[in-house]
Amino acid sequence: MSGMFVHNLRLGARSLRKNPVLTALMVMAIGFGVAASMITYAVFRAVSGDPIPQKSSQLFVPLIDNRGPQYNLEGEPPNALTYTDAVALMKAHRAKRQTVLYQVGLSVMPQQANRLPFKAVGYATLADFFPMFDVPFQYGGAWNPADDEARSAVVVIGRKLNQKLFGGANSVGREIVLDDQPYRIVGVTDDWDPKPRFFDMFSGNAYADPSEVYIPFHYAVEHGIDTYGNNNCGSDGKRGIGREGWLRGECVWISPWVELDSAADVAAYRQYLTSYAQDMRSAGRFDWAPNVRLRDVNDWLDYCHAVPPESRISLVIAMGFFAICLVNTIGLLLAKFMRRSSEIGVRRALGASRADIYRQFLAEASMVGVAGGVLGVLLTGIGMFGVGLVFQPQIARLAHLDLSLVALSLLVAVFATVVAAFYPTWRAAQVQPAWQLKSN
Amino acid sequence: MEIKPILTALRRHKAGTVLIAMQIALTLAIVCNALFIIQQRVSHLSEPTGIDENDIYVVNNEWAGKASTAQLDASTRADLAALRQLPGVQDATPSNSYPLRGGGWDDGIRLRPDQTADVTGSTIYFGDDHFVDTLGLRLVAGRNFRADEIGSMEVRERLGAPQVLVTRALADKLFPGESALGKSIYIAGNQTTIVGVVELLQAQSVARWASKFAYRAVILPKRLISAGGGFYIVRAKPGQLEAAMRATPEALNRINPRRVLDEHDGVLSFAEVRARAYEGDRGMAVLMGVISLVLLAITAAGIVGLTSFWVGQRRRQIGVRRALGATRQDILQYFMTENLLISCGGVGLGVVLAIAMNLWLVTRFEMHRLSMDYVLSGVLLLLLLGQGAVLAPAIRASKVSPVEATRSV
Repeated sequence: MSGMFVHNLRLGARSLRKNPVLTALMVMAIGFGVAASMITYAVFRAVSGDPIPQKSSQLFVPLIDNRGPQYNLEGEPPNALTYTDAVALMKAHRAKRQTVLYQVGLSVMPQQANRLPFKAVGYATLADFFPMFDVPFQYGGAWNPADDEARSAVVVIGRKLNQKLFGGANSVGREIVLDDQPYRIVGVTDDWDPKPRFFDMFSGNAYADPSEVYIPFHYAVEHGIDTYGNNNCGSDGKRGIGREGWLRGECVWISPWVELDSAADVAAYRQYLTSYAQDMRSAGRFDWAPNVRLRDVNDWLDYCHAVPPESRISLVIAMGFFAICLVNTIGLLLAKFMRRSSEIGVRRALGASRADIYRQFLAEASMVGVAGGVLGVLLTGIGMFGVGLVFQPQIARLAHLDLSLVALSLLVAVFATVVAAFYPTWRAAQVQPAWQLKSN
Repeated sequence: MEIKPILTALRRHKAGTVLIAMQIALTLAIVCNALFIIQQRVSHLSEPTGIDENDIYVVNNEWAGKASTAQLDASTRADLAALRQLPGVQDATPSNSYPLRGGGWDDGIRLRPDQTADVTGSTIYFGDDHFVDTLGLRLVAGRNFRADEIGSMEVRERLGAPQVLVTRALADKLFPGESALGKSIYIAGNQTTIVGVVELLQAQSVARWASKFAYRAVILPKRLISAGGGFYIVRAKPGQLEAAMRATPEALNRINPRRVLDEHDGVLSFAEVRARAYEGDRGMAVLMGVISLVLLAITAAGIVGLTSFWVGQRRRQIGVRRALGATRQDILQYFMTENLLISCGGVGLGVVLAIAMNLWLVTRFEMHRLSMDYVLSGVLLLLLLGQGAVLAPAIRASKVSPVEATRSV
């Protein structure tokens, strides 16, 4: 059997060499088609993946419509919470774990006079943030819920910032000065940068640079540390004046997250949100029926259109392109195989079965597929350098050629070519031995 | 040219005919939509900002450390004075944002305090009496701000000023057919009066969310003070952009080092701002262009390949026809017409596919409807491509000698 296979391959190679132009054409069509699909797929894969697969169905964003039917966006609550609602939800503590967060940009003040300060961007959040999102630590760990309550000046910094400030040494217990305020370091995270950054879609940070610093939420609010991210006030005229007015007003700027383990917990939390909105209505703050949402990570990413339309459109177009390359290959293989009708006739007359013809021609086609796949991998590799020309750098950076992509390219190329070869091979196998012999 | 014998012959090559037609149909569908995407993206690229881009650069100044609003305002004024004194600098203004930045402040505009819905959204720009000259805006009515009208505003304070400038697009939207000068408007509920109208100034973003108010903008005579910092928009003297940009960080840090000017994004020429804003659009256009070209080449190659096969297969018949008196011209025409018939079938199906694909893109990605011009140009392009591709094999066919009739295949 394997001897037959090698024989078939040899036959295929000889036949392919006979029409180098036709062969090159097929290989190139497959190669280009595979490369276009794989490059766009690499980008798509990078932006459409589940950023926290182990927990994405347990983490939820609770949202409350504080604008009402007149000012909300097509019936949807705003994509973040007001300070009032954020604090109320945290105080009620109806979830196993829960956190709120907003982006902060802090200046790391230099310890030497001749140095300049630099920015460290991160989040003001609560202690639960770290266990909820499975944040890995290099040194130390998260601060305690008690630190949240005590408004302690503690900080978790990222691995890169720790490298920059302390040469990568264990800096837990040491102090850093952020905007003139000393903070005690309690933990150093390992490299951690989920993409898209599902927990801060509100500020458009899906593909932003990794965060480098985390400070306690209540501390940050009380010390007047303003959001570095978005602030959305709507048109209802209830935004409040001055910082205090703004905190009590109806502008949304805080992203909330809750961790819920079972469907019953989810239902109970949804019930709680509705009753909270009902309470707000009774209190006269809302004059509309409760309008709340509770979405898990993947629903949330979907709702926020985390996958850039460019990526989807280019993937679709590239697949169409590949389909055309395959149609092209079917045509060329058909031409190539039918040209050899007489050869087939002779082989059939000499006792080759239809199955033999199938094996011979499919072997030939898979050689085209392998060659096309190899070319495709090469072109994909080259194309990866060009990804930066097509997609924005923060997205292009995510796409890379790895072993799984190489394997997939080869597999797709061979599989597609063999599928494409079925019809031409079937036609070849239909050739009647007698007819061909007669015509000669 | 008789079409009937061609059709009869095609019926004997159903598979090849269908494959070529299908390839042409799919190619038409993709190329039409790709060209349309390119056009949409490229037309975006040529939208004007309304400012003198060549000499402008932007400083993203982020304050470091704690400071009161009054201190930050004093620092801002000191920075502006220092910038305006730089040898390469012609003028400078503080601002909260600028066209093509990608983000900033937009708010609702109403005509009366009792209105419950906004007449329109609008970009909110803050600047001082140098804003108009620095950006090179053209006043088409009224006047610029006077120096004594400029104040400062902390970012969470009431959004307001006694007088504002508006763009012509906003003035036309609010007061169609009449002069906006001296008219009262309400920004986020606060009354103000229009004292001047500038010809053109683009919104802070070209993204879809900002397209509803693309050229509608209000300029408030305020230095917007935020603990985070803000922007200085600077106009260099002609030909001195680079020198002025290079001198900027040092000049600012010398008077006050409690700030962060990011080494990559701290000082940006407007050319760089523009390039960044349109990265995605340019990239899409490049990708669609490359895909279309390769696609057309592959389709042409496919036609050449299959037609060559047919010619090879029919050498004997061609010989017979030639022996029976058909001229070379007849043979050439035969293959050209055959291709034209197949292509017509292909583009017929292709038009349907192209429109279907576009409709799908419209519902899925909020794209625009495909204009028929693109479909027609696509049809023409593919018919020409088919004829061009078939030419070489057809010429080869026409050179088949009548003697072939006597040879066996």
